[in-house]
Amino acid sequence: MPQRYVVARVGDIPTNGSKAATVAGREIAIFDLDGEYFALANRCPHEGGPLCQGRRTALFESKRPGTFVTSRPGEMLRCPWHGWEFDIRTGRSYCDPDKMGARAFGVTVEPGARLVEGPYQAEIFPVSLDDNYIVVEI
Amino acid sequence: MTVSGAIDCDVHPALANTDALLPYLDEYWREMVAIRTVENLDLGSYPPAVPLAGRPDWRPQRGKPGSDLALLQRDALDAFGTRFAICNTLYGGPYLPNDDFAAALARAMNDWTTKEWLDRDPRLRASIVIAPENPELAVDEINRVAPDRRFVQIMVLAAGERPLGKRSYWPIYRAAEKHGLPIGIHAGSSFRHPPTSLGWGSYYLEDYVAHAQSFQSQLLSLVAEGVFVEFPLLKVVLIESGITWLPAFLWRFDKTWRGIRTETPWVDRPPTQIVRDHVRLTLQPVDEPPEQARFERLLDHIGSEDMILFSTDYPHWQFDGGDVLPEGLSPQHRRKIMIDNPLQTYPRLAETRQEAVT
Amino acid sequence: MSDEKTAGLVDCDIHPTVTAMADLNPYLTDRWKGYMREYGPNFRQVFASAGRYPRYNRDGGARLDARPPSGVPAGADLPFMRQQHLDPNRVDFGVLQPLRPNGIGARNQAFGESLTAAVNDWQAGAWLGEEGRLKGSLMLTREDAGAALREIDRHGGDPNFVQVSVLPHGLEPLGRQRYWPIFEAAEALGKPIGIHVGGTSGMAPTATGWCSYYVEEHHSKCEAMQALVTSMVIEGVFERFPKLRVVLVEGGFVWVPSLCWRLDKHWKTLRSEVPHLKRAPSEYIREHFWYTSQPIEEPEDPRHMLDAMDWVGWDKILFSTDYPHWDFDDPKFAFARLRLTSEQHKKLFRDNAANLYGLQ
Repeated sequence: MPQRYVVARVGDIPTNGSKAATVAGREIAIFDLDGEYFALANRCPHEGGPLCQGRRTALFESKRPGTFVTSRPGEMLRCPWHGWEFDIRTGRSYCDPDKMGARAFGVTVEPGARLVEGPYQAEIFPVSLDDNYIVVEI
Repeated sequence: MTVSGAIDCDVHPALANTDALLPYLDEYWREMVAIRTVENLDLGSYPPAVPLAGRPDWRPQRGKPGSDLALLQRDALDAFGTRFAICNTLYGGPYLPNDDFAAALARAMNDWTTKEWLDRDPRLRASIVIAPENPELAVDEINRVAPDRRFVQIMVLAAGERPLGKRSYWPIYRAAEKHGLPIGIHAGSSFRHPPTSLGWGSYYLEDYVAHAQSFQSQLLSLVAEGVFVEFPLLKVVLIESGITWLPAFLWRFDKTWRGIRTETPWVDRPPTQIVRDHVRLTLQPVDEPPEQARFERLLDHIGSEDMILFSTDYPHWQFDGGDVLPEGLSPQHRRKIMIDNPLQTYPRLAETRQEAVT
Repeated sequence: MSDEKTAGLVDCDIHPTVTAMADLNPYLTDRWKGYMREYGPNFRQVFASAGRYPRYNRDGGARLDARPPSGVPAGADLPFMRQQHLDPNRVDFGVLQPLRPNGIGARNQAFGESLTAAVNDWQAGAWLGEEGRLKGSLMLTREDAGAALREIDRHGGDPNFVQVSVLPHGLEPLGRQRYWPIFEAAEALGKPIGIHVGGTSGMAPTATGWCSYYVEEHHSKCEAMQALVTSMVIEGVFERFPKLRVVLVEGGFVWVPSLCWRLDKHWKTLRSEVPHLKRAPSEYIREHFWYTSQPIEEPEDPRHMLDAMDWVGWDKILFSTDYPHWDFDDPKFAFARLRLTSEQHKKLFRDNAANLYGLQ
């Protein structure tokens, strides 16, 4: 049965920034994309690099040599170690989408008022009624 | 252990000297050949007296190994039951730094090949020799010779001025694709650069072994520059390259690509897949391990039975007697190497033989 | 399996660097301090202080998480290196390769000698003297063998330097006789010679000319190692120096079997050219070369990698991370897919290097 964990207060993560949080003994990387939130396991499925510290880029593709097509700004994450790219929406690897991916978790934003009713785990900090919170389902 | 009807993808007719090209040159170049010191432009990569350049029992009593049609017929064609053999003449003329001179000699070599070899044995096919450093002139020569369907490929040396993926060479690939001709990259260097990135070694043996590294550089270049994206029908044949270095090379290429593929975003699938689709390698000199079991493992590492093309590398000394095929190939793989793969690679071989269109 | 998980390892390739060039000032004369500030090494390359093929990531291609909180470059902060790498990865011994800065490719040979000596002094003082787990590579210039010998005289006897080091790219292939005094001294010293990929020679990175991309240049280092082994073997270095041991660092090893087969095959045909070789080339390679493991290849089928390691020899491969560089191999993950036996694991992660370098 998946549990839902409060991992951050909306506003704690800078716009298009990221934050690592440990919930249920697991390191999660949470990414802000213009106010949308995504969460991946904070370990690269390749050799364990901390994805949270990776660089975010657009998706770079090409139709033919010497041409460069840029789309989806900020949605590709380069592992801070080997540079393998992952889609922050799905965790899927660009180079090996069928076999390799960072585990992705569902994220919702909930008002503090609803959170205090439960059943939510807020291991990290107390929840205030007035704020909105980022909740990850694990 | 060979299969009847084999297609030998690498034999080397030898040009005695530049004078042999005189009948195929116009007056200006005939005069230049007469008065300039160009009578012997043998490649430094293949001095004819080096043991590797001629198997002892294949050397003629006089002249260079590979210079005598009757011997080539007996030792290369009849001996292996060969249906077709592709002539790759190695000579330095096309690698003169003077673009016009180089192109003139390449042109003469192609006419010499037609007259002295192709017209004299219906089993022979040939590579179009070009002077690659001036792609415009090279394309002219390809367009001139390609209508003769006995020319089945375009040949360049493995080490030239620039890596072969560079866009300046692309007119050559455009012409190759248009005419249905693979690009054959043959071992050897024009020594525009030292034989390895470490500089000039002392020995021929070092140079010869180092050709395998030039082939690695060329595969990196062709894939990274996107040649096979731009020319999706193009095939490249590595000739006299050795084959066992390929899997380990590709493991690393695939891994590095994953990390820095955004540098070349047109490379949108693993290099191994691209190489398997577009690149073939001739058999000899097969650098197989002494242990047959290891060779069988290595074939598993290569992971495709479509890539190796039969070759004797006649008259180069790469094996003794009739031991041209390594132990450990399945009967099916043997047949693919000797017949099916060459036919797939060189579509012109499957055509009903046509005389030269002149 | 339990002792694998608890035993420490030996990391044969760690890169320390300076926080700023001024770190070297205590070890340079005024003459060379001024020269370094105004002229620098003047490498044989297009850019005054950058490589021709731009890498990914700052700090010369470092892991993005390896920049210390203090803001100094990755690899310049010993406490952070302890905290991020030595302690959590249970590194009992780490062999340093101080590549930046270096004076090895400096065109002004006298400056190159002084800068190299300064790097060695700094290595000994700031690293080896501060952290007992770290062992040094005594960096040597190549082109003036006299300078290399003077450096061996200064530090060769220091047990904290476990090997001498040169770079593969220089003015000539390393097997050439002009470099033999270095091999003679290394053999006499009884320490291996570690050869880490790199160096600037002014020559193209491939025999086919100047490639366009970093992915090509990155691989060219591997080809250079193949050429280096060929040169040392064919020139007869190991006939002359039968006790010399060579460690190839960061140049890969999966290419070794094919190179051995190729060398042996063509040596049989061309041996009249090299009568000074008494044995097949592969035999010298088997006896004299060791290889660090990173960056490890990852073929789709892990059995292929095990084949390659079988063929190279389980006693010849030394684990390395390349910390703090981007193509770092993590000891917990890099070999996990291979399911090594505990004997293979022990050799790879510890025993081979401990035996080679005499680390106990």
